Formats: sequence, C-alpha cells, structure tokens
Amino acid sequence: MSETVPRGSAPLIARHALGLLWLARYIERVESLARLLDVTRTFAWDDSDWTAILRINGDEASFFARYPEASQATVSRFYLLDTDNSTSVQAAMNSARENARTLRALISTEMWLHLNVLHTRIRALSEADLAPERLSALCTMLKEGAQAHSGITEGTFYRDQCWHFYMIGRCVERADQTTRLLDTRFNALAPHIMSGDAAIDDGGWNTLLRAAAGYHAYRREYPTGYRPVQVASFLLANTSFPRSVALNLLQLDWHLSQLRLRYHLRGGSAALERLDHLCGVLTNRTVADLVPRGLSPFLDWTQREIATLFDEIAAGFCGGG
Amino acid sequence: MAELAGTQSQSQAQLRQPPLAPLHGYDPGGLFCEMLRPGQPPHQSLALLLSRLSETPVEALRMRAADAERDLLERGITFTVYSDAAAIDRILPFDLIPRVITAAEWRQIETGVVQRVHALNLFLHDIYHRQQILSDGVVPRELILGNAAFCPAMQDFDVPLGTYVHVCGTDIVRDDTGRFMVLEDNARTPSGVAYVVENRHMTQRIMSDMMAGMRVRGVDEYGLRLHRALTEIAPPGVTDPQVVVLSPGIFNSAYFEHVFLAREMGVPLVEGRDLMVENGKVWMRTTAGPAPVHAIYRRLNDDFLDPEAFRPDSQLGVPGLVQAWRRGSVGIANAVGTGVADDKSVYAYMPRIIRYYLSEEPILPNVETRICAEPDALAYTLDHLAELVVKPVAESGGYGLLIGPHASRAELADFRARLKADPANYISQPTLKLSVSPTLCDNGIGPRHVDLRPFAITGRDTWVLPGGLTRVALRAGTLVVNSSQGGGSKDTWVLA
Repeated sequence: MSETVPRGSAPLIARHALGLLWLARYIERVESLARLLDVTRTFAWDDSDWTAILRINGDEASFFARYPEASQATVSRFYLLDTDNSTSVQAAMNSARENARTLRALISTEMWLHLNVLHTRIRALSEADLAPERLSALCTMLKEGAQAHSGITEGTFYRDQCWHFYMIGRCVERADQTTRLLDTRFNALAPHIMSGDAAIDDGGWNTLLRAAAGYHAYRREYPTGYRPVQVASFLLANTSFPRSVALNLLQLDWHLSQLRLRYHLRGGSAALERLDHLCGVLTNRTVADLVPRGLSPFLDWTQREIATLFDEIAAGFCGGG
Repeated sequence: MAELAGTQSQSQAQLRQPPLAPLHGYDPGGLFCEMLRPGQPPHQSLALLLSRLSETPVEALRMRAADAERDLLERGITFTVYSDAAAIDRILPFDLIPRVITAAEWRQIETGVVQRVHALNLFLHDIYHRQQILSDGVVPRELILGNAAFCPAMQDFDVPLGTYVHVCGTDIVRDDTGRFMVLEDNARTPSGVAYVVENRHMTQRIMSDMMAGMRVRGVDEYGLRLHRALTEIAPPGVTDPQVVVLSPGIFNSAYFEHVFLAREMGVPLVEGRDLMVENGKVWMRTTAGPAPVHAIYRRLNDDFLDPEAFRPDSQLGVPGLVQAWRRGSVGIANAVGTGVADDKSVYAYMPRIIRYYLSEEPILPNVETRICAEPDALAYTLDHLAELVVKPVAESGGYGLLIGPHASRAELADFRARLKADPANYISQPTLKLSVSPTLCDNGIGPRHVDLRPFAITGRDTWVLPGGLTRVALRAGTLVVNSSQGGGSKDTWVLA
C-alpha cells in the first residue's frame, strides 16, 4: 500500500476536520479557563471582581439566571463543576472527549488514552476541590492536564492534514483567549492607564503576565518595568510569545497555506484574506495608538474577527460551521 | 527480562512438574475442561501454563485482573450505554486466564470454518439465482422464500467473486466429550474481533510471563487481511481502491470495534452522512471535496443501508447505495441478504447444504437440531421439553429461549403454549454440557462455560484468524455466554 500511495495524501473526511478543529479548541479552553480563574482568584478583593470574568466570557445572563450573586464560590462552581453550563470546564472536557471519540481512528492511541483519563479526573471534581485554599492547585491540575495533552500531541500525532486542522483550532482558541485574559485587567485599570511610574506594578501586571505564562519573557523584553502599552503590545502583537494573538494568527496562516499547498485543498481563501488584514492591524504601533482610547472595543472587534475567521475556515474545508 | 524469566521457569517446570499441576483447587467436575482436557494426550504447553498458573497465588492474579480492568476503562476499550443524559462506559469483563487451542484442534476448526463459509457462499448464490437446492427439495422452498431475511432484490445480482459473506463469525461450542460443534453461523455483521486483538494486547501487558516461550500464533494480521479482501471486491480496473468502514456512529454499542477496524486498515471511518451517490458512483465528503469510494465494509444492518432500497425513515444510510452496488461501481461487505443463511431454521439444514454443494461431510458438525415446523420434530420437542433448549428462530442475543432443565413448571407450561401457537418459529436442541475453562472467580478459580467465535475473511479465498473470541459465562452454571447477557471474554491462544 505505502509503496503506491504517496505519503500524507490520505483523504480526510470533512466532518472529521471539523472535529479536529473543535478538539483542539475545547482542550485549549480548559487551559485558558483555568488561567482566567487563577488570575481572578489572585486579584479578587471582593465579590464584585468575580463578575468581570462573567462579562469577559459573555456569561452574565446565563449565570444570573441560575445563581443569585457572583462570588468565588458561585463563579468557580459555574465554571468548574456545572455540567449545565455550556462554557464550563466540564462541558469543554465532555465535548473534547466526544470529539475525540469521533476522531479515535485518526488521533494517536496515547492522545486518546490521556484524554480519557483526564476526562475521568475532571468529571470526578467536587465542591471540596473548590475550597479557597485548593482552588489554585485545581487550576494547576487543569493547566497541566491540557499541557500534557499538547505534549503528547506534539510527540505522537502524525503530521498530515489532521495535524494542520488540529493546530488551526488551537491557534484560533489561543488568540481568542488571550484577548479575554487581557480584558480582565484593562477595564479595571482604565483610570490609571496614563499615569504611574513604570517601575511600580500597581496594575498587577506581574500576575496577569504570570497567568499567561509570559512573565519572564516580558521582563527580558522590557526590563525597565510595566507600562500598559507594553503589556498590551506583548500579549497582542509580539510574534515570539507563544500565547500572543499575533503569533497565533501567523501560525494559523502557515497551517492554512500548508493545507492549500501540500494537500491542494481549495477552501480557505476568504479566511486567508481576513487573516492578512488582522495581522496587518495587530502591530505594536496600532496597539500604542489604541491604548489611550481604551482597549476593550478593539479586543471585542478582534474577538469577532477571529470568530468569523473560524466560521470561514469551517465553511471552506468542512462544509459548514 | 520476561523472556528470560519464562525460559527459567519453563526448565524448572519440565524438571519437577507432573503433567497436571493442581490449580488452586480447581475442579471442573464431569465437564470437559479446555485446559485439563480429560481423555486427551498431555500437551507440553498446557502443562507448562498450568504449572505457571499454579505457582501464582490467587491474590496475585486478582491484582493483575484489577490492573486489567482499570486499563480497559482508561483505554476506552468499552461499549457505551446511553441512558437519559449520561453516557456510561462499560467494559466487556476480561478473564485473564487464557483459553488454549492446540495446533491439532485448530486444524479442525480452521478447515471446518473454511468449508462452512464456502458452502454458505454457494448456497446464497444459488438461492439468489437458479434456486437449484430448492428445486431438488434439499431445503424447503417456503423456508427460504418466506423467510424475513430473504431479500428478493438480490435476485440475479452477481456479487463480485461470488462472495456474499466476507466476514463470518462461526459460534462453536464443545460438548462433554470434547467434540467441537457449530452452534450458529453469523453471516451478517458479526462483531467481536476487536476484542480478540485487544485481549491479546492485554495478555502481553499483564500475563507476558505466562506466555513466555510458548508458540502462540499472532492475531495482528486481521486488518491487513480484511483490507486485502475489500480491495478484491472493489470495481475491476481501479489501481488503488479506496476502502472505508461505514458505522452507524458513536452511539452504536460496537463503535469501539468500528474505530478499531478503521485504524487497523488505515482507512476512513465514515457515517452515512459522509457518503453520497452521484452519477451512479459513491463519494465521500472530504476536505478536498468529493472523493471516490470503491469498497465499503459496512457495520450497518441491511435495513439501514439505503433508505431508497429499504427503510425510507432511516437517517443512517446512503440513498442510492444499493443501486450503485448493483451497477458494480462499489463493493459492499457483507452483501445484502446474507441473513437468510444464518437463520436458526436454515442452520438445521447446514450439514445437508454442505453435502449438496461440496460433496463432503461437514468437518464441524452441527448441534443436533429439530425444526419444530416439522410435525415429528414438534411432537418430540413437546414430549421432551424439560430436557431441551428451545430457541425462537427470529431472535438473537440469547433472548426468548427456553432452557428446559433450568425452567420452572410454570415456565415450561407457558412456553409449551407459545410453541404450540407458532411451531414454525422454533427449533429445539439437546441441552449441551458445554465445556468449561478455568476462570478467576470471587471464590478462587472455578470452571466457567465458554464458547468460541473464530473470524473468517473471504475475498477471493477464505482466511481464518488464528484465534477467536472466547466468551465466558461469568456466573456459575449459566450457559448463556452472550456479551449482552453478562458474559465476559478470554484471550484465545492458538498454538503453532
């Protein structure tokens, strides 16, 4: 067989390509949610801070329909235990596993085994794991679970079309989630933005960067201290930071081009154009211009663009979103 | 390391073990035991396995069994039961003590299965063409033409290579004298082969020391052989036929096996919605647009294959698929309409069918079977109801049958009434004293009934996987080994 069929040319069922996009997104979502909760937990002085994460995820309506007030206890239950909440870790992990079941003949055995075990572990979480002194450890467990998945994927997943679709899903989700993480702080800090000594971390940028796993890299890049513009540039426009929006969009562009070049897929031209435009906008200079006017509208716009981009990719290769 | 340890204990065993070592007080009573094999010449590998098992404390075996169970769950070697909102993963219980088949025993099973599959294919070709066997009165015409599984649409269609039953799972049991007998032919979409291979992998993980130094035949060839057979039924002239596995989807209880088969063959696992028929050809929807499909290993029942040909309400199938098949633009395995050959009433005629087409005696005999549609057989069955097993011919999965010796007086009376009301729906067989195999139980190692389902693949020729699914009735005394009724399975070692 392998002598007559050129390598890497095995056809990929469109429905499976869509499943791969979503598998990567759901796992990335587990990791991002853990990061968001961890940074919120660190910053929260009182319960009012717990509404921020709900706003950022657009979950205020569904949350307050079922919980009387936002506190660490209710919001962490909403995101970590609530199986009825479609944006919870439980829901993301369930969806990841259902996708993995559909894709089981395509993903590596080790990916499947690990996802299966992680799913069992997450499903077994209980109220006791949400205790204030244990919440950080729980977030770490979730992050490490998702990271182990990424590592196993890196080490075992065959690099054909499947891998490119998987990676596109991951890039999309990471780009999207980084805009949300940034949004947790910028709104609260709006009054301080134009003032302040760069050497004094009155915005908790330190913790924000740590939550994004970017603290040390940021220090290397900007040793003089924290300026909101620089933090925003780092998370949005830096092309070396693994979770920056710009880097993930560049990588996405590469994966899309590979699908068209190596596998002669014809879809994705609308997505490539949009991507081109987005990358053009996400520069240090644009960010510097935007920060004084407030970043939130721009972050919202970026999130909408990324969502449209994803729909275009799904429609272009997978026969619909 | 395991290799070394095994060799060492082998030589020790040969030095000091008598042919039969005591196995933690195991006693099969008067039943034929697959490991002790009363009345048969001692076998070196079996004696060695027995001594290794005897030297391993039951508690140590229990720990291995616990490891195996966790492993099966973690690997998702499970069938999923969906109830309300929850998805529950169940494992097919694995008994770690293997069932061993000697080379001589295997020769009979293998040749017997090949003979049987050959006869089944000739029979199906005949009844869907000239119906010579019906004209000659060997099989009653009404039994076939009136059979719910007979498919008139198959009349005069020449399937590629004359093969209807590409994958056959023949259920074989052994009586108290150690004689192999066919209990049932499964010629539609027999399942279980994934467990044959996965059970072997499990043995290699947790029982490699037991296996060391023995010449157990491998079971990893299955995917390759199945792929080859499927390429053989693809339309002629296609150089690299595209094969797919067609599954009802993740909600099907055998979904794990569908994944297994697609992976072992390296082909896409598709559902009906991934396929379409256009210009008389079958295509799959891929990221590069429609791509041709040349051979389909389908794990959907006939009824759900093509809503145009069978059930208009079915969401699972592919409209126009059967038409494309009849035009020869795609191969389908197994063929449509094979169910008439594994029907329980047709089963009774199998020895005659084999003699009719092959002029040979059956290598594997049937269990003596009476067809209650025949007056003499009905009278005998009614007279001996308390001694017999009576089965409805239309059911599968071990449902709706009467096991006379285990039935209460009220159950017997009730069944008698049902039998009299519709005798044509029943066959009867003597109660078999099925063979047993030592099995890890709550109270040590006990005898449990087993059967065997070898898998035969037929394209141009027939190949039988050297192994098979050994199902074991885990509850003491129960004769039903079906997996939907609380049975488990064992690794099956065919010795070279």
